[in-house]
Amino acid sequence: MRSNRWKFILGSLIILGVLTWLGVTGIRETQTYYLTIAELQAQERLPERLRVAGDVVAGSIRREQGRVRFQLQQSENHLNVVYVGSEPLPDTFVDGAQAIVTGSLGRDHVFQAHQVQAKCASKYEAVPPGPTARPPDASN
Amino acid sequence: MELVGSFALLLAFCLCAYAVVAALLAARAHRPLLLESAERATVAVNGLLLVATGCLVALLFANDFRIAYVAQHSNRALPGFYKFAALWGGQEGSLLWWSCLLSIYIMLAVRLNRRTHRLLMPFVIAVAMSVQLFFLLVNNFAAHPFQLLAFTEGGRTSVFTPADGGGLNPLLQHPAMVIHPPMLYLGYVGFTIPFAFAMAALLTRSKGEQWIHVTRRWTMITWGFLTIGILLGARWAYAVLGWGGYWGWDPVENASLMPWLTGTAFLHSVMMQEKRGMLKVWNMALVFATFFLCIFGTFLTRSGVLSSVHAFAQSPIGPYFATFIVIGLVASTAVLLSRLDFLKSENQLDSLLSRESSFLFNNLILLASCFAVLWGTLFPLISEAVRGVQITVAAPYFNKVNVPIALFLLFLTGVGPLLAWRRTSVESLHRNFTRPLLVGAAVAAVSFVLGVRKIYPIMTVFLGIFVVATIAMEFHRGARVLRQKSNWGWLAATVALTKRNTRRYGGYIIHFGIAVLFIGISGSAFSVEQQAEMQIGSETTVGGYRFICRDLKMSETENHVSAAAEVEVYRGGRLLTKLYPERRLYKASQQPTTLVAIRPRLQEDIYVVFTGMTDDGQRAVMQIFINPLVNWVWIGGFIVVLGTLIALVPSAPPESFVLQARARRAAAEKERDAVPV
Repeated sequence: MRSNRWKFILGSLIILGVLTWLGVTGIRETQTYYLTIAELQAQERLPERLRVAGDVVAGSIRREQGRVRFQLQQSENHLNVVYVGSEPLPDTFVDGAQAIVTGSLGRDHVFQAHQVQAKCASKYEAVPPGPTARPPDASN
Repeated sequence: MELVGSFALLLAFCLCAYAVVAALLAARAHRPLLLESAERATVAVNGLLLVATGCLVALLFANDFRIAYVAQHSNRALPGFYKFAALWGGQEGSLLWWSCLLSIYIMLAVRLNRRTHRLLMPFVIAVAMSVQLFFLLVNNFAAHPFQLLAFTEGGRTSVFTPADGGGLNPLLQHPAMVIHPPMLYLGYVGFTIPFAFAMAALLTRSKGEQWIHVTRRWTMITWGFLTIGILLGARWAYAVLGWGGYWGWDPVENASLMPWLTGTAFLHSVMMQEKRGMLKVWNMALVFATFFLCIFGTFLTRSGVLSSVHAFAQSPIGPYFATFIVIGLVASTAVLLSRLDFLKSENQLDSLLSRESSFLFNNLILLASCFAVLWGTLFPLISEAVRGVQITVAAPYFNKVNVPIALFLLFLTGVGPLLAWRRTSVESLHRNFTRPLLVGAAVAAVSFVLGVRKIYPIMTVFLGIFVVATIAMEFHRGARVLRQKSNWGWLAATVALTKRNTRRYGGYIIHFGIAVLFIGISGSAFSVEQQAEMQIGSETTVGGYRFICRDLKMSETENHVSAAAEVEVYRGGRLLTKLYPERRLYKASQQPTTLVAIRPRLQEDIYVVFTGMTDDGQRAVMQIFINPLVNWVWIGGFIVVLGTLIALVPSAPPESFVLQARARRAAAEKERDAVPV
């Protein structure tokens, strides 16, 4: 009777241990830091995956073969961004749009974005219950 | 109209408060008339909420843009079908809808159970109506659906009526979106009833297991709705969002999955209590957890807390929900702790190889999965609170934890139902599992030979087929016994078997559906995705199919402007189909949306998305996906829902079969006797 209980507890601990390990490594592999532009520019050592939000500076969008360069603004701070992802940019990505870019900061202090999410500045309203629109890179 | 609605809401609030007080007094003083009055109050609240909801719908149809909600979520050109859907297109409307559905549930629960559960009823009403009261509080004072659009200028407030509304979010303008939110809400809201019964049983120290039957039934009903809601949401994401998948571990999706996981755990562990008198505290905790996860899910999706901890304080409803959850958790935990003596387990675990232990493991990993999902969803908040920086985790984390859990669950799905209670002999293990294991292994081997080389999909196929085989064996066994006693055919015997124990065989059908669904999900490991820039006449090849663009054209309607392509799909030299992916810009909301073109087939879908035009405006950018086995997800889901329905039908007692058979035989004999010789 008693030994069964211990066997069960032992089994549970093994299962939970494995799952915890998977969870911890999973978080480590995908964690993305959400920083402000000021924090980004102030920090010396930056994590690998970053996410930054800001408004697209009007007139800053320049399209060059396969790449799109633009500038993000958050209060006083500006950040140069180059989009290197493969997905087409969303239609909502226009001058003045609020954008969230995910990627990393290059040595030249230009942000290399793999993914850009954008929403029109005025029309945004939280999507009602049920699954919301998600970034195109999400996979199953 | 808005006055009628507002008044109905306010009156409902008052009556609801009355119902809570009256029910509590009735319980204390044992006054049946007061109780009856409280019961009638639930009906009145229900009627008033139907009136309020009706008013909002009428205002939406009347294009009454004085009302802020109508102006923000509808417009003149919106088709009537979607004007109705605009009811749950925004915050205020969907919370009103929540309230309305809850009042329907409560009224039905009271109607159906008032005679059979007389002693529980006062507390059931008090608890359920307290939840209702909270939602009415939010409806009336935090998110009022009948607010007028007004502005204040120099101390004078005037009402402002725009010429047209902002329109419904175009992503929601899809048939699945008309039915998905009601289903999901029916799932969320309905868990209030099991919660109320569980609380009532605790408060009254209700002896006997009667309340648990009623709770289980209501849990099954709402679990069924939640399942439909989640699947429709996935289906909608797949057909509308155009990223090629159906589940992205989005916070809103996670919010709906968590109560589903704990609800599933409860539906299993409740059998331990019914059959063996074990896990009583645990079952209570599961009911509570499921209910609060439903409220928490509504809170997560509605308060904006996930964008930042700080956003939540600014949202009008965030603090309300947070307070309610805290008070509710404290109160229900206190009640649970004060009744621990009454919840003593009657038995102990006898063996690791037993039905009991399979249920325990089932619960353990369902809860682990729920916790992992919760942790990942809240990680940005936790990291912001602890380390001052928001850290988000992405889909790979969720998959990494949940795929092994899903496989282990699938394994238990096959093994658990065939293990005996208390302990299982090695001989019965051999008898039950050797053949299914061989069948599973054979199919897995075939899929390996056919080129499946990834470990998780192979294991899914192996375990999925194993589950299907054990279920088939169970049906076969039962039907064979029946056939020996009668002259039924296999089909008739199977049907009769299912009717006799709907819960057991309905459960098997649900398991079958889950196995099919998991096999469908495993197909996503083999999805192919490619982007192509196309103009008229250009072609591209993806996953063995050849795509030729035949036409590109622009068009315009009252509601939207669109760009559409005609794409022919060939395999070998044969034309398979023509697809028409489209991209629309909705005029009212100025939001673009894509209409995915899908060629659904059982083996794989061809999925073409018109993502936009190139900068020079000459070519269309197409995203082409080949998605294997996707349709099995929907088929599996359908089977799960079917199984749930079967399990909800009361079992026909075998006696009645016997009696019927006897009566039939007697009638036949009479007939024979009556025939003149």
